[in-house]
Amino acid sequence: MAGMRTVEELLKLDPTRYDITVFGAEPYVNYDRIMLSSVLAGEKQVDDITINPRAWYTANGITLHTGDPVVVIDAKARSVTAQSGLCVGYDRLLIATGSKPIVPPIPGLNLPGVCAFRDIRDVDTMIDAAATYQRAVVIGGGLLGLEAAWGLKRRGMAVAVVHLMPTLMERQLDEAAGRLLQRDLTERGIAFFTNGQTEEVTGTDRVTGIRLADGRAAPADLVVVAIGIRPETDLARAAGLEVNRGIVVGDNLCTSDPDIFAVGECAEHRGQVVGLVAPIWDMAKVCAHHLAGGADLAYSPQTTATRLKITGIDVFSAGQLAGGEDEDEVVLRDARRGTYRKLVLRDRKLVGAVLYGDVADGNWYFDLIRRHADIGDIADRMILGQAAAQGSSGPVKLDTKSLADDAQICGCNGVCKGTIVAAITSKGLTSYDAVKSHTKASASCGTCAPLVRQVLADTLGVEPDGPAIPTVCKCTDHTHEDVRAQILKQGLKTQAAVRAAMAWKTPDGCAACHPALNYYLLCAWPGEYVDDNQSRFINERVHANIQKDGSYSVIPRLWGGTAKPAELAVIAAIAQDYNVAEVKITGGQRLGIYGIKKADLPAVWARLTAAGLVSGHAYAKGLRTVKTCVGLEWCRFGTQDSTALGKQLERLTWGTWTPHKFKMGVSGCPRNCAESSIKDLGVICVESGFDLLIGGNGGTELRGTDKLCHVTTEAEVLEYCAAFMQLYREEARYLDRTAPYVERVGIAYIRQRIVDDADGRRALQQRFMHAQSFLQDDPWAERANHGVDAREFQPLPALGATP
Amino acid sequence: MTSWVQVCRLDDILPRGARVIPAAKGEIAVFRCSDDQVFALHNRCPHKHGPLSEGIVHGHQVACPLHGWVINLESGAAAAPDIGCAPKLPVKLIDGTVWLQIAEGN
Repeated sequence: MAGMRTVEELLKLDPTRYDITVFGAEPYVNYDRIMLSSVLAGEKQVDDITINPRAWYTANGITLHTGDPVVVIDAKARSVTAQSGLCVGYDRLLIATGSKPIVPPIPGLNLPGVCAFRDIRDVDTMIDAAATYQRAVVIGGGLLGLEAAWGLKRRGMAVAVVHLMPTLMERQLDEAAGRLLQRDLTERGIAFFTNGQTEEVTGTDRVTGIRLADGRAAPADLVVVAIGIRPETDLARAAGLEVNRGIVVGDNLCTSDPDIFAVGECAEHRGQVVGLVAPIWDMAKVCAHHLAGGADLAYSPQTTATRLKITGIDVFSAGQLAGGEDEDEVVLRDARRGTYRKLVLRDRKLVGAVLYGDVADGNWYFDLIRRHADIGDIADRMILGQAAAQGSSGPVKLDTKSLADDAQICGCNGVCKGTIVAAITSKGLTSYDAVKSHTKASASCGTCAPLVRQVLADTLGVEPDGPAIPTVCKCTDHTHEDVRAQILKQGLKTQAAVRAAMAWKTPDGCAACHPALNYYLLCAWPGEYVDDNQSRFINERVHANIQKDGSYSVIPRLWGGTAKPAELAVIAAIAQDYNVAEVKITGGQRLGIYGIKKADLPAVWARLTAAGLVSGHAYAKGLRTVKTCVGLEWCRFGTQDSTALGKQLERLTWGTWTPHKFKMGVSGCPRNCAESSIKDLGVICVESGFDLLIGGNGGTELRGTDKLCHVTTEAEVLEYCAAFMQLYREEARYLDRTAPYVERVGIAYIRQRIVDDADGRRALQQRFMHAQSFLQDDPWAERANHGVDAREFQPLPALGATP
Repeated sequence: MTSWVQVCRLDDILPRGARVIPAAKGEIAVFRCSDDQVFALHNRCPHKHGPLSEGIVHGHQVACPLHGWVINLESGAAAAPDIGCAPKLPVKLIDGTVWLQIAEGN
């Protein structure tokens, strides 16, 4: 990584100065080693973490030898010899050999089933072991060891971590945060042996376990050694370069030989070796500058920040972890929220921060540390975070201007601020959409879209192009509200009519406006507009969810999350007959059958239909599920029959199409076991009736519901539900969930429409019921038994097959 | 060696739809646009190999169902700024029948 980053920087400065030859020991092109833990955890594939594909080397005229490590450097003759015998001369040599895992002096480490956590081969070993074996022990409770443990746990193994020190990650976390981390990981099922000195790895043909010095022991089919790394310096030492812990380099990254440079984890600068990515990127930049003939830049180590890549556990640390005589510590512990933060202050400056649980302010603290900012005025409030310290109210606005270039903006696609700024300036981008398509920042979950917009505004110095209110798509300048109003006003009843009347720029539209207009027309003209299947996204078109391997999932509706034995039997029989990859209880209390081929869908549906099961619409922008608790019938706390009420709501609303998916929950008491308070519509039963909640979302942006009102009868629950759903159907923008819709129009407006205006509520309910009269046909039965869309499911005859 | 083979009738493909032809070297997708022109591509998005046949067809383009890359059906190339290409196959429409040119060994 360090070496190729230097090459990239060099190519930017002076692409023709050198003929470049690259030797790599691993059989792969360079990849993002930091992401190995994501590969292990199954969140990324090896392909996803490749940095430069082979085509990049070709395009830049670089000769690449993978799987062929250099074995000798002849500094006198200025040449290197590789394992294959290949000998190449050089004018300048760059050593980026990185580091190797530290191997403790204990017996048993050469047994099969023991590996480090350093490269793709190690990860393959671990993934293979997880598929066959049950128990893993990770030696080392630092950053790397914990990420390995979590990845193996995610892959289904029982995992124990042995750590020499009393608390985890002691180099990055103070004792309190380390203990919180251990508690949370223990809750997630990882076992810990702290103060544990491994004495022996046991086994004869394969590893069987480990034994500690104090007599404790743990069985294991896989042992991962992750106790640390040490610079890989053998080659440099043999070549006569000055080597201490690492290869000694100066501020220009030059070694003791003026023609040889070293960067990354193998290098030692002013007595320090580095293991984090940010300083390595700095090294690459400085080294490239000197390789390109410059003499101005000098490398100086910066404070670095650490984050742990374990889903749902947020840890951040930067700078000094604990105060000494000259420093003050400020600690905030919130046991209820499970958060902890500590700041270390010296002379009106912040010099260290440890955050656990809530790391939203991490970037702000890190920035203050790096800039050595004077915090005198805010020192007493800053432990509460940026919003409190700067006296602003409402959601925290991150000051994107002061963020460092390597600050990550988009977590999904790993895009940092510098990349976005570079794309804006080098390509002359002026709109948010352009930035999104060029950099992929905010192109996945979209949570960071406001940040991306802010970076764009900062870089341009003005507000970016593009309307503040979103248009339907790039084919038009009309907003969603415009288009919906004109559909009704002008009586536009086909997509072609809408595009013609509203001067669409592309006569046949795009992949964004086809589904949007199809929905708007369907909502405006129930029973009249013919649903255009070809305008629907694949999942809605074939009534099943496409999976990443191109197979589909089939999820029948289990009303209120209940099932009869015969229904379970047919699901089991299908799973066996089609040898499906997995049957899973879904988040909405249903059973999903995964891995069905498209051509088999109608036959699978026919069997489900025959057993009385219908589509669960798990693919639909429409009603998904109504989650229920067991309620009055079984639960000692239940106040109403929540299961039966959930089924009534589901019978009322299934089959509807909405701007985005719609989920409901009915809880039998305020303990809220059906999680009603993060649903689009939630019901909480109480002794005196029902609390109705709306606008919740448990997805990428967590939002608790707003309380709409309290009603006293089940009939009212059904009426209010239908009315709210219709209001959402008629007014929300396509692909807006209820949460952004409610935030946009305000809960007061919705109360006025649904609660205060009784006539208006009933009119909404009637329009909903009218639309439902056209929509409640089971799409699976239509396709399985009545030949609807038969062409969609059958491939044509294979080429070369006899007709 | 190449040869032309009949693969289906135009009516076998829905307007703004596609059909899949299994072949030795992977699937081929045959698309029918709203103007009844037909195009054929290897059924693999250059991005993450999504099945292009399942995407939304608009104009002479298709949007990959997995991550929304837009592929030009005339050339197989991804729309800027994405870079990549799904190889195209020559195809023609004669009297309502779709013909595909294939190389030996397809």
